[in-house]
Amino acid sequence: MSGSGTSPAPDFGGSSTFGHLAPPQGELDSSHGVVLYLEDVTVSFDGFKALNSLSFSVDVGELRCIIGPNGAGKTTMMDVITGKTRPQKGKAFFGQTMDLTKMREPEISQAGIGRKFQKPTVFEHHSVFENLELAIRADRGILHSLFGKLNGAQLDRIDEILETVQLTELIDLRAGLLSHGQKQWLEIGMLLAQDPKLLLLDEPVAGMTDHETVRTAELLKTLEGKHSIVVVEHDMDFVGSIARKVTVLHEGSVLAEGTMDTVQNDEKVIEVYLGR
Amino acid sequence: MIDRRNPPGLFYRLYGRTGWLLFAAGLAVLCVLVPVLNLVLPETSFLHLPDYWVALAGKIMCYAILALAMDMVWGYTGILSLGHGIFFALGGYALGMYLMREIGHDGVYHSNLPDFMVFLDWKAYPWYWKGTDHFVWALLLVVLAPATLALFFGFFAFRSRIKGVYFSIITQALTVALMLLFFRNETGFGGNNGFTDFKRILGQPIATAGTRMALFVSTALVLLGMLLVLRYIVTSKFGRILMAIRDAESRLMFTGYNPLIYKLAIWTFSAMIAGIAGALYVPQVGIINPGEMSPGNSIEIAIWTAVGGRGTLIGAIIGAVIVNGAKSWFTQAFPDYWLYFLGALFVSTTLFLPKGVMGLLDKVRTRS
Repeated sequence: MSGSGTSPAPDFGGSSTFGHLAPPQGELDSSHGVVLYLEDVTVSFDGFKALNSLSFSVDVGELRCIIGPNGAGKTTMMDVITGKTRPQKGKAFFGQTMDLTKMREPEISQAGIGRKFQKPTVFEHHSVFENLELAIRADRGILHSLFGKLNGAQLDRIDEILETVQLTELIDLRAGLLSHGQKQWLEIGMLLAQDPKLLLLDEPVAGMTDHETVRTAELLKTLEGKHSIVVVEHDMDFVGSIARKVTVLHEGSVLAEGTMDTVQNDEKVIEVYLGR
Repeated sequence: MIDRRNPPGLFYRLYGRTGWLLFAAGLAVLCVLVPVLNLVLPETSFLHLPDYWVALAGKIMCYAILALAMDMVWGYTGILSLGHGIFFALGGYALGMYLMREIGHDGVYHSNLPDFMVFLDWKAYPWYWKGTDHFVWALLLVVLAPATLALFFGFFAFRSRIKGVYFSIITQALTVALMLLFFRNETGFGGNNGFTDFKRILGQPIATAGTRMALFVSTALVLLGMLLVLRYIVTSKFGRILMAIRDAESRLMFTGYNPLIYKLAIWTFSAMIAGIAGALYVPQVGIINPGEMSPGNSIEIAIWTAVGGRGTLIGAIIGAVIVNGAKSWFTQAFPDYWLYFLGALFVSTTLFLPKGVMGLLDKVRTRS
């Protein structure tokens, strides 16, 4: 096993004063510096092990890139973290206290994990503004959605996000009419609107022009430190331009971990992935 | 561009100027003009509106309310129900129970019990008929019965994430199952004859011109009132969440919303609206029987909504009026060909007018 050997194990409350009383869905407790912790996670579909004793962790504020050949388990790993797939074995913790294997998708999202899908997924019949309105951090209940209004702070935040993802001019356009790259950005904007602690981005620059890719890299760099970010990407130039630390997945487990240079010179990695 | 800092008031959010003018015109025609033309003008007058037309229009308005209920779940939320006839019939049966109690001793057997219970040699009302002689309890049942079934069925279906055509087939099976249940005499709802021969409502004779007009106007008020309530819902964030469920449910889930709660809420509310439509329908047509739960009926509701244009509310009303207007004419002129016509209408709508009549109107408007 490689990579996460030195990461601290999740603390089940031994040192915390109200450990056993703290609800699993409470505030994110990342006091030990780890925002995401996977240990020994195994997922198999009809005998095929999509994830095979996968262990790794992400530190607070880190921008981590994950690469690996097709079928390495990258998307399945995201499914486990966001509650879409339940692992047969292993632990998945968000901070010290939140057990992701016991939470449902909306709870995980509300706890502070935002996910961008491989294929850009926005609400195509809603305007750019309405997409952000639905995403902005607010009460997710029925009554609020019937009678509530956006407050000034939320409107300011939406304006700010529109600036960040450069869609201010297109605020009233139907999202379905945006270009591919603009949809990707809108989706990233929707994630930012949720104010997540951890952002999971599945191939954020797929289908983007070179110019758009460069701008996306700049965007992600400005977010580094404010949010913890996990990026799954095939585009090696893009990964090289943003990553400090890269994790290579292969056949459902971690093959190598380190800086881009270390990874690129790793014998095993060259053999299974980069060398081909 | 909309001033998002000072959003328009409720009045302008619901409809623009033209919209409200049309709404007021509809209100005036249905609640003033029709009563005057039917009741005040003498029958010999050229402008007199015959009872037949009033009855037909009243019936079609009930269907329009039902189509609105359908549009909320199918047009806006993307859940195609092929079992909305169940909720319509349950609402009808709930009010029908009250109407049966109102017959009193005037039945064929002059008994305390409805004729069909005397026929079965029952000595007392079954427990679920308790309190149905009170109008208010009957009104509550009109919404509670469909809501309870919808909540129960919806919870398990939505929790198991049953979607699309699978959901539609299950609702279709449910309507057949309930129809068979209601066909049984022992179920206590009059078997295949259902409830009929109503005499009174709220102590008033049910067949007089005045009572009929009161029912007509009530139906019109419910239809227009429901249009406003639903318009409020679909222009609120709640409505945008429903459309988000229709378009990208998983995105919504990963945005922190629980689609189960929203689906269950609109599904149950829609069932209640269908129940109200059924309750307005029964006293006007004078009969309710298990035929209302036949699978074909529920499919027709979907056709009305598709023909008018899904996800527009007004389209549902237009669709219900067009299809049922055509039906009442066709079934008299060419009774054998109605089903062929209905089938052709549905196929041609799907092929040439995927957005229904409302889509066509939109096209005409943008071209001119």
